[in-house]
Amino acid sequence: MRSSKLGYLIREGFKSILTHGFMSFASVTIVVACLVIMGSFTLIAVNISSLLDDLESQNEVIAYVEETMSEDAARALQPDIEYISNVRSCQFVSKEQAMSEWVAQRAQGEGDQSAYTDLPAGVFRDRFIIYLEDISLMEQTKDELRGITGIAKVNGDLQVAEGFMAVRNVISAVSLVLVVVLVVVSVFIMSNTVKLATLSRRDEIAIMKMVGASNWFIRFPFVVEGLVLGALGGIIAYFLEWGLYDVVASRLMTGLIASLIAVIPFSAVSTVVLLVYLAVGLVVGVFGSSIAIRNYLQV
Amino acid sequence: MVIFENVSMTYPGGDMRAIDDMSFTIEDGEFVFLVGPSGSGKTSVIKLITGEVMADDGVLNVNGFDLRHMRRPKLPALRRTVGVIFQDFRLIEDKTIYDNVAFAMHVVGATNRDIKRRVPYVLDLVGLSGREKRFPREVSGGEQQRVAVARAIVNSPRLLIADEPTGNLDPARSLELMLLMDRINEMGTTVLVVTHEKELVNSFSKRVVAIEDGRVISDGMDGYYSYEIE
Repeated sequence: MRSSKLGYLIREGFKSILTHGFMSFASVTIVVACLVIMGSFTLIAVNISSLLDDLESQNEVIAYVEETMSEDAARALQPDIEYISNVRSCQFVSKEQAMSEWVAQRAQGEGDQSAYTDLPAGVFRDRFIIYLEDISLMEQTKDELRGITGIAKVNGDLQVAEGFMAVRNVISAVSLVLVVVLVVVSVFIMSNTVKLATLSRRDEIAIMKMVGASNWFIRFPFVVEGLVLGALGGIIAYFLEWGLYDVVASRLMTGLIASLIAVIPFSAVSTVVLLVYLAVGLVVGVFGSSIAIRNYLQV
Repeated sequence: MVIFENVSMTYPGGDMRAIDDMSFTIEDGEFVFLVGPSGSGKTSVIKLITGEVMADDGVLNVNGFDLRHMRRPKLPALRRTVGVIFQDFRLIEDKTIYDNVAFAMHVVGATNRDIKRRVPYVLDLVGLSGREKRFPREVSGGEQQRVAVARAIVNSPRLLIADEPTGNLDPARSLELMLLMDRINEMGTTVLVVTHEKELVNSFSKRVVAIEDGRVISDGMDGYYSYEIE
């Protein structure tokens, strides 16, 4: 293609954005609205998932060592425990450490630890604090721990683990349904906006056909227009999302809630958000415009 | 050159033939009026010539293109040899007069240099010098029709078709337009004017093809009234 012709078609695409200002504004607004709605919901789901990961990782299993074993023998069990595939990490706690932690906890509640100073360490057992890779496999892991010679008892709260799994499953299902619904609604709205934009230019397309314009000659400026509007929508949506996210995150990170949850900083997801928004904007813009004018090209 | 040889055409979903066994030939360089009452098939003839609809039967050849056996992607090439003027002008409202004419040259891949040279020449030919920067809504109906003529001839088509070109013009502007068409014909372009304006046809001694119910009912040089079409 001659460069002057390509230049003309690109210029026509840009000119069209300005001459059909209202429809351009409407298209960009729809793209921005859909991206921000979908993006916000996805980011909420990502944060909840991260929070669950964090909480799950704190869910521990305690393996108590036989009372008859010396501390050295008990410590020697660590490699056997770590050998279990679902064990993420494992920390040895001696009887003395266990007792001092227990006393400290009591003292915090009662404000006085003098009552426990004479308590012999022998009432406690050496133990391992174990963190798991996957809490859904807790019961199976507990069985494997019980199978190690020298482990007397294993404690792990299965109900808590099941609670986490139930919450995660519900959130995953709701997220999936909502994202799918929002995508379908967005595509429907966007394609109708593009159709509306091209409907107003049906006559223009018919005139182009009548003077002998090929289909790609007609389509090219529309594609350029869709490309520019889609990219613009993606970029605006990105900055809007950034602003919204920071406002919400800063509100959540103050006060009591901050001690309970940790919001993922926007900088950690910004590149992905920008790339996804740009990609969705471009795809919707280009395909939306070229599909929408397809019917008018059959003249 | 236009050859209709026993051409028939029924619109999709229609039960009557819009064109029924029609035959006529227009030689290169001719000026022909195609006349007939409403519903006689005049617009269908234009649609067949420009490839908007396809014939069901017969031989149809326009400027060397065999329209009965032509594939759709070839249509732009055919249309670049045919200029069309419509009763409602069909100008692009948000383009200036200059751009309305120039874009027809961009379509055929003309260079910017050729466009800058040719467009002012054609606008001068149709009497629109000095109006290049105006938009269609800023000029009169007669001037809008002349923009349409300029757009139709800017690529030097072999055939110029005018579909009721004077329908929206007063008698004086209509005569001016027909004189312009006559001048274009004298420069070598074949001209086919579709109309039902009797006075206009009779004021020019040109070939008149009359059609009714999709058939040619007469074809000659002796004027419109002799066919008694109302």
